[in-house]
Amino acid sequence: MNTRHTIAILVNDQPGVLQRVSGLFGRRGFNIESITVGTSEEPGLSRMVIVTTGDNHTLEQVEKQLYKIIDVIKVVDIGSGPMVARELGLIKVSADPSARPEILGIVETFRASVVDISPNSLIVQVVGGTDKIDAMIELLKPYGIRELSRTGVTAMSRGSAR
Amino acid sequence: MVANSATLKSKEQLIEKWSKQEVITGSEMLLRSLLLEGVDCVFGYPGGAVLYIYDAMYGFEDFNHLLTRHEQGAIHAADGYARSTGKVGVCIATSGPGATNLVTGIATAYMDSVPLVVITGNVATTLIGTDAFQEADIVGITMPITKHSYLVRKAEDLPRIIREAFHIANSGRKGPVLIDIPKDVSNEKALFKPHTEVKLRGYNPTVQPNKQQVDKMLRAIEQAERPVFLIGGGAVYSGAHEEVLAFVEKTGIPVTTTLLGLGAFPSGHELHMGFPGMHGTWTANMAIQESDLLINIGARFDDRVTGKLAGFAPNAKIVHVDIDPAEIGKNVPTDIPIVGDVKAVLQQAVAGAKYAAKADDWRALIASRKAAKPFAYNDSGEELKPQWVVSMIHETTNGDAIVTTDVGQHQMWAAQYYPFNKPRSWVTSGGLGTMGFGFPSAIGAQMGNPDRTVVSINGDGGMQMCSQELAVCAINNIPVKVAILNNQVLGMVRQWQELIYDNRYSHIDLAGSPDFVKLAEAYGVKAFRASNKEEARAAWEAALAHDGPAVVEFIVRKHENVYPMVPQGATIDQMLMGDDE
Repeated sequence: MNTRHTIAILVNDQPGVLQRVSGLFGRRGFNIESITVGTSEEPGLSRMVIVTTGDNHTLEQVEKQLYKIIDVIKVVDIGSGPMVARELGLIKVSADPSARPEILGIVETFRASVVDISPNSLIVQVVGGTDKIDAMIELLKPYGIRELSRTGVTAMSRGSAR
Repeated sequence: MVANSATLKSKEQLIEKWSKQEVITGSEMLLRSLLLEGVDCVFGYPGGAVLYIYDAMYGFEDFNHLLTRHEQGAIHAADGYARSTGKVGVCIATSGPGATNLVTGIATAYMDSVPLVVITGNVATTLIGTDAFQEADIVGITMPITKHSYLVRKAEDLPRIIREAFHIANSGRKGPVLIDIPKDVSNEKALFKPHTEVKLRGYNPTVQPNKQQVDKMLRAIEQAERPVFLIGGGAVYSGAHEEVLAFVEKTGIPVTTTLLGLGAFPSGHELHMGFPGMHGTWTANMAIQESDLLINIGARFDDRVTGKLAGFAPNAKIVHVDIDPAEIGKNVPTDIPIVGDVKAVLQQAVAGAKYAAKADDWRALIASRKAAKPFAYNDSGEELKPQWVVSMIHETTNGDAIVTTDVGQHQMWAAQYYPFNKPRSWVTSGGLGTMGFGFPSAIGAQMGNPDRTVVSINGDGGMQMCSQELAVCAINNIPVKVAILNNQVLGMVRQWQELIYDNRYSHIDLAGSPDFVKLAEAYGVKAFRASNKEEARAAWEAALAHDGPAVVEFIVRKHENVYPMVPQGATIDQMLMGDDE
């Protein structure tokens, strides 16, 4: 059965390491829903968080194949336990002065924020799980979304688990 | 033949020699570091981006450098050297086209887990990314077909990178490692410090197996009524042939060795069933299909072995021993996974192994099947049969040669009719199935094994993908014996077109190929032609007796097919056994 998996990959911060990881997903036919990369708690190492879909066999293969990359230090299926997963979305929505109060109402309900206002549009910044951002987008669609940019999911296991 | 350098020194002697701190160029660091790895032979081809490296090799005699006639020849030779010796093969090429000409060879080695260190030049770091003359992103191009790769940015990194590259290439699941050296780095001067320790956090292959898993395998053997060993190339690569023999003899379990595993177990042994799969023996395939316990030792359940996966070994409990955890469960669901080096696993297993006591009927059945259906062909009094030629080569070399091949019909006949009793005697492109591999790999095998007879069995198609390397044999007097099974056609493609594409022979006619005898002679290589048994034996014996390289062109029957054959998509017990002529 295909399910969504969130995998954290600790890698050497080396040129080409993103290419090694994304290339592996591509050529083995593993799907990438989102990918984020940034520094980790340890100098010289970066953490990638990849959201992928597949059955358990695929997930097992993803992990094993990732470990074959010399620059990959650790692979954790953080989705297998309690985790915090967040992504950030920036949504530029058409907003005539008359529509602003309604939009601001939605923004407030979602505990999102407005980070830019121009005469005919505003930029909404929303942080949360993928579902929350999907829902926010749905609600803003009727006003006219001019531009949308999402970071993809970054995530961490809850508590002391690493 | 090129004399092996007499001045080979031990690693300790070299470190002592270079203990005085010296500022030297990246090129000199490269050569020193290769010597520290015990390299005695390098295969290469110079060009603009490696000029500093070749300049450092001017008059350098501490290891041999064999100048091939094409970069592909160089890498296949390095591959043949590696497969036949167990040491890391090394080749060098320039940037751009030099590097891209290595790609097929890198992929060949990657598919068959062959340890290579591939050194390429690149344009200067200041020019990288500018589409400079002869620039190619070879690190990017080869990422999917290397175990690891490096783009060297500073000369001072070279000793560490070379040490790491050799370590990675020849440990765990072996494979090719590429080192790309920009031209300015090869000329940059830095303090040389020999590098000895390897610290790679992300690379720790599991060598010693989990004892509980090994015990589970041993218990399964005691219960099995129809057990089978499937021995793969991993047994050869880990040097475990003695352990394999001991384990088999202790358990009494019938053995099949994959194409790459040939030689890991003596072919003449009563428990050996031959190789399995598409053109394997009927006995081996039936045994796998009927087995209740299939113990895979260092093979990867390749599709040419398994046939249709859904019906593969349907009643068997599967044990899979592999040093690469990603192979376990990749194609075939596994009941008892054992991650570890084959040699280490078998050393542990042999100690506790018991005779498979419930398998007496099974052993008797297999013995009777082996006698009933060995590999067979209809011999002919008139046309020369390729199978006969291979058997004759086997007989005249006492079954003791190193044999190399390309891919295709000649490869399968060589595997069927040249039974091996020793490991590292069989050099063939199994996974990638590379034409043009056989002959240059024989050159490398001969360089690594100056005292053994090296025979390269080729088709007339593949020979033309590498024939330029005849020059290398001639100039250096490398005494490879080349057999060309000339059927004037791309035989395996013709066979599929006959059997599966209704005799629609599309673009397979190789008539008009060069006169191979004249071709060889043009390079200064002794050559013979034979079209019947009498000529064939005389020509081959003359070739073997000749002190130097020799080519024998055997004119063989055009329409000969390789049997048995499992049609693609069928389970391996559905075998076509042969055609009536």
